[in-house]
Amino acid sequence: MTTTPKTITEGEHPILDYIRRDRLPHIFCSACGIGTVLNAFANALRSLNYDIDRLVVISGIGCTGRASGYFAADGYHTTHGRAIAFASGVKVANPDLNPVVISGDGDLFAIGGNHFIHAARRNVDMLVLCINNFNYGMTGGQMGPTTPDSAITVTSPDGNIEHPFNLVSVAAASGAVFVARWTALHARRLTKSIEKALQKKGFKFIEVISPCPTLYDRYNRHGSGLDVMKKYRELSVIRNFTDPMKAEIDYRTRIVCGEFVDTEKPEFTDLLAKQAETLQQR
Amino acid sequence: MQKAVLTGEIFTQGDIAAAEGALAAGCRFFAGYPITPATEIAERMAYRLPRIGGRYIQMEDEIASCTAVVGASYSGVKSMTATSGPGVSLMNETIGLAVMTETPMVLVNVMRGGPSTGQPTEASQSDIMQAKWGSHGDYEIIALIPSSVQEMFDLTIKAFNLSEQFRVPTFVLADEIIGHMRERLVIPPEDEIKIVNRKKPTVPPEEYLPFKADADLVPPMATFGEGYHFYATGLTHDERGYPVMDDAAQLALVPRLCDKIRKNVDKITEAELTETEDAEVLVVAYGGEARTAMRAVKDARAKGMKIGLFRPITVWPFPKEQLKIAASNAQHVLVAELNYGQLVGEVERVIRHEIPVHLIPRVCGSPHSPDELMKEIRRRID
Ligand SMILES: Cc1ncc(C[n+]2csc(CCOP(=O)(O)OP(=O)(O)O)c2C)c(N)n1
Ligand code: SF4
Ligand SMILES: [Mg+2]
Repeated sequence: MTTTPKTITEGEHPILDYIRRDRLPHIFCSACGIGTVLNAFANALRSLNYDIDRLVVISGIGCTGRASGYFAADGYHTTHGRAIAFASGVKVANPDLNPVVISGDGDLFAIGGNHFIHAARRNVDMLVLCINNFNYGMTGGQMGPTTPDSAITVTSPDGNIEHPFNLVSVAAASGAVFVARWTALHARRLTKSIEKALQKKGFKFIEVISPCPTLYDRYNRHGSGLDVMKKYRELSVIRNFTDPMKAEIDYRTRIVCGEFVDTEKPEFTDLLAKQAETLQQR
Repeated sequence: MQKAVLTGEIFTQGDIAAAEGALAAGCRFFAGYPITPATEIAERMAYRLPRIGGRYIQMEDEIASCTAVVGASYSGVKSMTATSGPGVSLMNETIGLAVMTETPMVLVNVMRGGPSTGQPTEASQSDIMQAKWGSHGDYEIIALIPSSVQEMFDLTIKAFNLSEQFRVPTFVLADEIIGHMRERLVIPPEDEIKIVNRKKPTVPPEEYLPFKADADLVPPMATFGEGYHFYATGLTHDERGYPVMDDAAQLALVPRLCDKIRKNVDKITEAELTETEDAEVLVVAYGGEARTAMRAVKDARAKGMKIGLFRPITVWPFPKEQLKIAASNAQHVLVAELNYGQLVGEVERVIRHEIPVHLIPRVCGSPHSPDELMKEIRRRID
């Protein structure tokens, strides 16, 4: 986290111009990783002097799904899982807009998984920031598509027996042109990756491993939010451009972080525009 | 560049007419997923939109299609999708979102036989209630039912106009008969087509409250990228668009969403009354079945029977007052529909058991012939 002055006076805090001030305080638990990610996103906007008028922040449903309501840009809170489909509509209808999807692991990869893989396949220009807290926070901490082997949640009380998705590998295999993973501890590196992704055209994906001290990390006896962050420091290794298939997340051994994919590919709305232009000249 | 409005006379199919009506109304975005008997609309849009500066996208399913349409509409582009019953079933959650965030958009449902996969290539009118009640919660939508290829065109334009005026998702509820029928379509000159656009905010961004309604109960709509920096959510929200979970917020929002339609019923509803003034027998029919009914009524009139036809063109909200007028001399009301009894309930609600209301259902994919229908009528009134 960036250092926060004790008292925030208007105009003083560097990211305040990018935040809906009248929506503070936010709804997130203390030591939740979501705040850190939103802070990183706002810092990235600030350091790029990003054109806020063209930004549309979109999210699905969940704790993370509330993210879209905190930025001083256009924002839309869709139904559960549909943020990417909405963002596709936005980008195709008005290619001057820049959609950013901020949503949870369950929202983006369980109920919304189909939209994720197809938007990545088409290479629709958008940034997708996924906060992976290994569970469904908003509904009380149930297991989901990223819940690790044996982990305890309220719907896997005897230990999870499902095989989790490796999100960066799903993203890379689906065709994303930029794929990165950080933990909530890597606030500065995360901010840099967001900056990089915001300047790149195509489907970009950043996963942020994030504590949910109220539910997931409590059920699994990971200690306080701070303990979880310490664990992230111990476990994470940075391996840029490692094969995303091999970028494991194992709370017992290591969490592989870094920027894994950074490539170029024709973008969907550019291709649509090019085709339309030729057709209109006929 | 091709013209958006293909003024002139063509011999074409109902589905094509719906696509051309949408383009004439200013639709420039279509997201869809193929399904019989609505696929021709998507095919036409895929061909036409890029040629007139619009955009077509085939999504991975109907949930995505409907959601992309909401996103496109919020980005300032008139948008629509087209599907059949199974697709609408998937879209229903998003239709609720569109209602909650007051999104102008048009959905064409070319109805086929259900439940489930049912009879994909056969005609049906069994999604009448789905259109009204398919999503959860209290809400109102608008639905129009065309009875000809010409009406596929005209009512699709009207659907766009109503959806823009009231910021509400609007259905064109066609049946397979009309969707796949081929007949003459007259497309008027562009400047003779009435177009309604959503109200835009007249205040600067600092003063804009995205969900504060005017006297007509409809809030002006900013779109993404205009600098208003607004937020919209499917959660219950206040005038700022911010989520609020108390009773007052729900009370201020949900009744208004319903009332902007209920209190404007006279501005929305349309029905066609044929030979109803002295009609002792009133037939109620719509869509493809109304064509059969029209023939049957005209034949019976020629033989001296005092019979008339009430054809709702707007089915939601239901044209109550028009039905009351049509039924003022009726001793029998007969509802002929291509389902096992749906709109008949609404007719009964209006008639209130003052006179008998009979259902003439048909669930088998083809409409009645006029003679069959007349026999069914006779069987019930003699
Ligand atoms: C159609 C539908 N099904 C279920 C829910 C309930 N629900 C709300 S949030 C959520 C899971 C969110 O998990 P995730 O995306 O990981 O977000 P988190 O809360 O962990 O940030 C579920 C299942 C819903 N809102 N809509
Ligand atoms: S429940 Fe978990 S994910 Fe949700 S706000 Fe609290 S800590 Fe964060
Ligand atoms: Mg989660």
